[in-house]
Amino acid sequence: MKSFSKMVYPYVVWAVAMIVLPMLMIVLYAFTVKGNSVLTFQFTFDNFIRFFSDPVFPGVLWRSLKLAVITTVLCILIGYPSAYIIAKLKPNSQALMILLITLPTWINMLVRTYAWRGILGHMDMSGEMKVYIGMLYNFLPFMILQIYTSLSKIDPNLIVAAHDLGANNRETFRRVILPLSLSGVVSGITLVFLPAVSSFFIPKLLGGGQYVLIGNLIEDYFISTGDWNFGSAISLIMAIIILISMYITRKLDRPVADEEVD
Amino acid sequence: MEQKTKAYEKIFLILVFAFFYLPILYVVFFSFNSSKSLTTFTGFSLQWYEKMFKNRTIMESIWYTTSCAVIATVVSTIVGTVTAIGLSKSRKAFREAINQVNNLPLLNPDIVTAIGFMLLFTSLRIRTGFTTMVLAHIAFCIPYVILSIMPKLRTLDPNLAEAALDLGCTPLQALWKVIIPQIMPGIISGALIAFSMSFDDFVISLFTTGPGVNNISIYVYANVKRVNPTINALSAIIVYVITIVLIIVNVVPMIKERNKKKNEQLQNA
Repeated sequence: MKSFSKMVYPYVVWAVAMIVLPMLMIVLYAFTVKGNSVLTFQFTFDNFIRFFSDPVFPGVLWRSLKLAVITTVLCILIGYPSAYIIAKLKPNSQALMILLITLPTWINMLVRTYAWRGILGHMDMSGEMKVYIGMLYNFLPFMILQIYTSLSKIDPNLIVAAHDLGANNRETFRRVILPLSLSGVVSGITLVFLPAVSSFFIPKLLGGGQYVLIGNLIEDYFISTGDWNFGSAISLIMAIIILISMYITRKLDRPVADEEVD
Repeated sequence: MEQKTKAYEKIFLILVFAFFYLPILYVVFFSFNSSKSLTTFTGFSLQWYEKMFKNRTIMESIWYTTSCAVIATVVSTIVGTVTAIGLSKSRKAFREAINQVNNLPLLNPDIVTAIGFMLLFTSLRIRTGFTTMVLAHIAFCIPYVILSIMPKLRTLDPNLAEAALDLGCTPLQALWKVIIPQIMPGIISGALIAFSMSFDDFVISLFTTGPGVNNISIYVYANVKRVNPTINALSAIIVYVITIVLIIVNVVPMIKERNKKKNEQLQNA
């Protein structure tokens, strides 16, 4: 049986070449400047200094974070009640509703975003507003599905017990349902915030070109400008910010997990 | 959880579903428009579907998308299955290390994974094109396949494979006849995830493909600037295909279940 463990070796080689190496390349490029050949590698912070001393770039980063946070909050505010109402339906209607929410997510994201162009063309609103609608449209299903999953796992007896012990609906929700569904909200945040920070085609398709986010900067520096070193530095900054926010989000879920252990 | 839904809750759900389906219905509706306009409907016509099927770039993009998804699915499912089985028999520390590495593409934003591939291919002086796109797709699909097979392997009884070996199976036979059939549901769901991830991918494809090789997403992205109703027809066709597939996937098991019950009733009678 131990001989089966050898079956991993080819993948180890592959994972080093296709996962670890590309990440190291980004770091390597981020800490070197253009024209620097890999052989005469010279470590520098120039790209990072350039980013943060620029009059425009820190603002773009701030705008992307703001957009991602607001999108995530909107997804929770609309997604939680939706998931909650669905979880209260009869099992058959629940299955149908979940299928109806899953269906649009199977359609290509580009096509889904493109679909809004016609409708939004009728409307007189700012590019920013259109980007928010596009973001909400793309990410809301993931939030609903995550919260619904955690809500549907709650043992109905717990709710009955809360009522028997004298809790009214509001108290039952606040002290039983909400804490137990928090893990769904947290995984929903991961699924929404992460792609929302780095999104670049939604602003490009709906924002009318003036609305630039950090993802658009990375795309521009790699595809149009060809300054890969600076582009790598921007993506490294973004990746670090995402890591920190994920760490904070996971902390939110901790208290609930600890209570369960007790 | 089962409770009566109140009227305002029903209205809320209806609004959410309207938000989800309005743009899709809008695109499907305007794919039959006789004029180029995306805002006024001037009459019924199938000209955009005709134009779409005659457009070589669109047809090529459909072909590239499908063939890339098929190759990526087959390769990543095989490699992912073999690796997952190997991992389940490896030492814990080693398994954890590989899982950490596999988490990288899952936790990184697509654009970071994508530029990583782009830097890798160009610094190795590999010309980007269909091959590099397929390689990148295989690379980001394998972690998903492993992730969907691992839980099945964890619940597997290790004695079964041992028993097969004791009864004279070669390790390969034990693998093929005992382990694989038991983890089949995990393999199938892994393959489905891989296919849909690859088929829908935009960001990683954009950075790893070369000139002249577009998938559907890249085509839409590149052509969305001008008013182009053939994209409506293309989008509408994607909507039709996905609706039909999802209906089949969800309705067929229901019919089978019903037939099974009918047969049981007949046998009991």
